[in-house]
Amino acid sequence: MKQLWLTARLDIVESLRARWFMIYMLVFGGIVALLFLFGLTESRVLGFIGLSRLLVTYIQLTMAILPIFVLITTVRSVAGDREAGVFEYLLSLPVSLGAWFWGKILGRYIVIFAPVFLAMLAAVLIAMIKEIEIPWYMFGYYTALLAAMAACFLGLGMLISSVARTTDMAQGAAFMTWLLLLLFLDLILLGLMIQERVVPEVAIGIALVNPLQVFRTAALALFDPQLIVLGPAAYVILDTFGAFGYKIFALAYPTALGLLAAGLGYFLFRRGDLP
Amino acid sequence: MIRCENLSKSFRRARVLDGIDLDIALGERIALIGSNGAGKTTLIRCLLGEYVHDGKVSIDGRSPRKERTAVLGSIGFVPQLPPPLKMPVGQLIEFSASLSRADPKKIDAIADRLGLNVDEIRARPFIKLSGGMKQKLLIAIALGRDAKLLIMDEPAANLDPEARKIFFDLLAERQHDATMIISSHRIDEVASLVNRVIEMDMGKVVLDDKVADDVSLSGRFACRIVSRRADAALAKTLASWKFTADESGLVWTGEVAGPDRLRFMGMLSRYVALIGDLSLNEASR
Repeated sequence: MKQLWLTARLDIVESLRARWFMIYMLVFGGIVALLFLFGLTESRVLGFIGLSRLLVTYIQLTMAILPIFVLITTVRSVAGDREAGVFEYLLSLPVSLGAWFWGKILGRYIVIFAPVFLAMLAAVLIAMIKEIEIPWYMFGYYTALLAAMAACFLGLGMLISSVARTTDMAQGAAFMTWLLLLLFLDLILLGLMIQERVVPEVAIGIALVNPLQVFRTAALALFDPQLIVLGPAAYVILDTFGAFGYKIFALAYPTALGLLAAGLGYFLFRRGDLP
Repeated sequence: MIRCENLSKSFRRARVLDGIDLDIALGERIALIGSNGAGKTTLIRCLLGEYVHDGKVSIDGRSPRKERTAVLGSIGFVPQLPPPLKMPVGQLIEFSASLSRADPKKIDAIADRLGLNVDEIRARPFIKLSGGMKQKLLIAIALGRDAKLLIMDEPAANLDPEARKIFFDLLAERQHDATMIISSHRIDEVASLVNRVIEMDMGKVVLDDKVADDVSLSGRFACRIVSRRADAALAKTLASWKFTADESGLVWTGEVAGPDRLRFMGMLSRYVALIGDLSLNEASR
């Protein structure tokens, strides 16, 4: 446990000094600042009003940015460290491979989750000061959704880092993964598939497997399952499974997927060459 | 202490280690030499449990891969290229000392002996240090623990003569209770440090020989050089070896560490036309 925490701390300190983290902080802090600046809390669109409007916009933007950011920075730093000789030196110290791998995940998880959560928390604090009504249930669920999203893409990033031997390969694989998930979003390829009369079960199956789609559906389903912005597959899913059951699934499935990917990554890391 | 039996390692189709058999006992100081691609780094990484391989490697009867923490707890390692760590020096010391159950103060003390004041650089990122400072710190971390096996890849390459001298002293203090493997491209860099030479080529051991061990690691040579005329380049070089000149500026005196004498002579050979007289006497053992 001590080794795990030492490794996690090490990764946190390394990340806090990295340029990508500064950009990451600025992006999410900037989003919240801009949303307030543009008076988003005062407008009403499709039933969203006040802070709920801001939060739903924030989570939509986060869904677009966080996955690619987490994937690329994770594989870049892990594969980059391996290439630069960081692994050769640090893994010559008496640290168990389990503590090293999971400690790295823990440290990185804290580093990627904290800024997105703190930006959202800042939005809530500003709303409190401005005496805007705060949708606490939505805030709580979005926090859990962000936590699940971070776990999912961090796990996928660690798996890619374990498989790819060079930074270039790792970055390419991370980008392709993200692109693939993006293509199978409800409103893009999935919508097209339904239009082209693909068997509905296939379309719905893809929508349920794609974590990006799962997050998107869950984030919007918090309001009105009949919303037109949901997309066709999401509409059927919500109609079939019910909003509450789906919300639980949207937290459990991506987290499990991330843990499974990380577990597979650990298995491959442990049985292969370390540096 | 170290046993390699039919140790082989391949990367795709390239066989980098080819059936290595080695027995290394406690107290041996090994020069691991060979050209680029000979397999030195791969062998070191197998000893550190970082590579999966065919054949067997054991250190004190344990597998460095399967019993990592127990085996690596008794190994001090200095890499050839310092890792680009962004963490502050203080945290690197704390991290490695915590994992190795070493006293961070001992690491600070060794760094201090090598001429590196840790207190002044504790908050600085490791990556921002100069090459020499990084090397000194990594040596201090490796020697600051109770390691029974020291694996060093070109450890003195970035050190100034004074730090090299102290580095040899530090190794001398450990020569009876530790085994040392010092990797280098060139035998003359490490010949005087070791009592056994293992040369590798194309993944095989092509030479395994004992070396006359006449000069102790802590030995000193008193040196006197008379220059035919004053020369700024020679003066600068000798000053870097901590030599001092008399009033005329032509007679230089100083001390050379025993293991460094070959390197010193190599340096002097560049100024051979200027040197009128040279004496090198073993001062202490």
